[in-house]
Amino acid sequence: MAASWVEACAADEIDEEDVIRFDHAGRTFAIYRSPDDDYFATDGLCTHEKVHLADGLVMDNIIECPKHNGRFDYTTGKAKGAPVCVDLKTYPVRVEGGKVLIGLD
Amino acid sequence: MPQRIVIVGAGEAGARAALALRENGYSGAIALVGEEVHLPYERPPLSKAALIDGDAPKPATILSEERLAENGIDHIAGAPALAIDRAGHRIVLEDRDPLPYDRLLIATGARARRLAVPGAGPDNIHYLRSFGEAQALRRRLQPGSRLVVIGGGFIGLELAAAARARGAEATVIEMAPRLLGRAVPAELAALVAARHAAEGVGIVTGAAIERIDALPDGRHRVMLAGRDPVDGDTIVAGVGALPETTLAAESGLALDNGIAVDAHLATSDPDIFAAGDCCSFPHALYGGRRLRLEAWRNAQDHGNAAAKSMLGLGEPYAAVPWFWSDHYDLTLQIAGLPDEGAETVTRPLAGDARLDFHLAGDGRLVGASAVGPNGAIAREVRLAEMLIGRCARPDPASLADPAVKLKSLMV
Repeated sequence: MAASWVEACAADEIDEEDVIRFDHAGRTFAIYRSPDDDYFATDGLCTHEKVHLADGLVMDNIIECPKHNGRFDYTTGKAKGAPVCVDLKTYPVRVEGGKVLIGLD
Repeated sequence: MPQRIVIVGAGEAGARAALALRENGYSGAIALVGEEVHLPYERPPLSKAALIDGDAPKPATILSEERLAENGIDHIAGAPALAIDRAGHRIVLEDRDPLPYDRLLIATGARARRLAVPGAGPDNIHYLRSFGEAQALRRRLQPGSRLVVIGGGFIGLELAAAARARGAEATVIEMAPRLLGRAVPAELAALVAARHAAEGVGIVTGAAIERIDALPDGRHRVMLAGRDPVDGDTIVAGVGALPETTLAAESGLALDNGIAVDAHLATSDPDIFAAGDCCSFPHALYGGRRLRLEAWRNAQDHGNAAAKSMLGLGEPYAAVPWFWSDHYDLTLQIAGLPDEGAETVTRPLAGDARLDFHLAGDGRLVGASAVGPNGAIAREVRLAEMLIGRCARPDPASLADPAVKLKSLMV
């Protein structure tokens, strides 16, 4: 259960099927917009070598790390094969009044 | 379906192949034979983080004990392979019983080419291929010490950057007229060279080394023809790598700039396959041009492909070559083969980043090369890689226009 909802960005700030970086309280997150205009959030650093995922490519519900092409399903956080084997933590997201909010624990 | 698969070489290609066998449903025995005592580990950090970060570096493990156990992979460490008994389908190991195989994968990688100049020997020249060698170098890169790198390729330049990060002086000596050889287009190589110079790295190109002298204080002097000598506490040679083909050669497998494999990574013996830096293979995207790649991604892709081929599930290998190298906060990335290009189109990127597309005479995109902060180039190079893999012929004006999203060209 999320303890608090934090405004991450404007909903139209993220292109369709794209990702942006959101930093908050010393942590970094990645916020995604799917081809169906749903929004998702994960931890922002690749679990392989801690590279910012928001610099990576979003395609078909996958975020691909820009450094070594580690892949995650950004809707579930699930690692999709080498070189990553540790899943990403995901966070609940809701859109209110044109703003994307993420629920932080 | 084979019952016993042996993989000789526990680096990236071998470890990846072992996992991929399981991912593709193989349930027989897997033996992963490594010469080193470590668990399979990643090599890219050896010339980067392993030299710079933290106090007590450990190898970046690819396969933990748990992961080996989960996947039923028998990792046989510290076991040099001495010979392949092809008739008996066995691998002969040092101090161990021979290992029988139905299918064998050779993933022995490459070894550092030795510097062949008078005065150069094991006592005064360092190399960098293994974790042990990285540790030895790390201890020597101290503030105020002076590193001399012979060879202005990726290993040499990454080492120079690591030396600067640790407060050591660094000079790079290259025999060719410019750094980074043919694999990197001249414009990009010049950007990387300029950054090294700005960071205080001495760069000497077009240099002919006459000999290495020992100095009375324990340091070394690199004597150059017609140039001032270069002194250093530590000399590292990064003068290329040679495919590790000894086992294959002695067992009579065909060689051609490495172990010669076909599009399914099979050697001239249908029960023996090869993957990674040790083999050369025909590439379908480049008219069957035979390539041997010394690259992390290629080792991974080869490992996956070889696993499938050994199980009879293989398709002709056609992954787009991809390579990266880090220098300070700059990353250089290359997708495809820039040297197949007849025309270059440049797309301006934010900051000082540069991205070049290389087009063949018929307009097909055959390569992309970029240098800049990772975040500025990675996504674009990845999309370029996909376009290369699709044999796309994108409009050059669209490639040059940063307002046109590369994703929109993926039709």
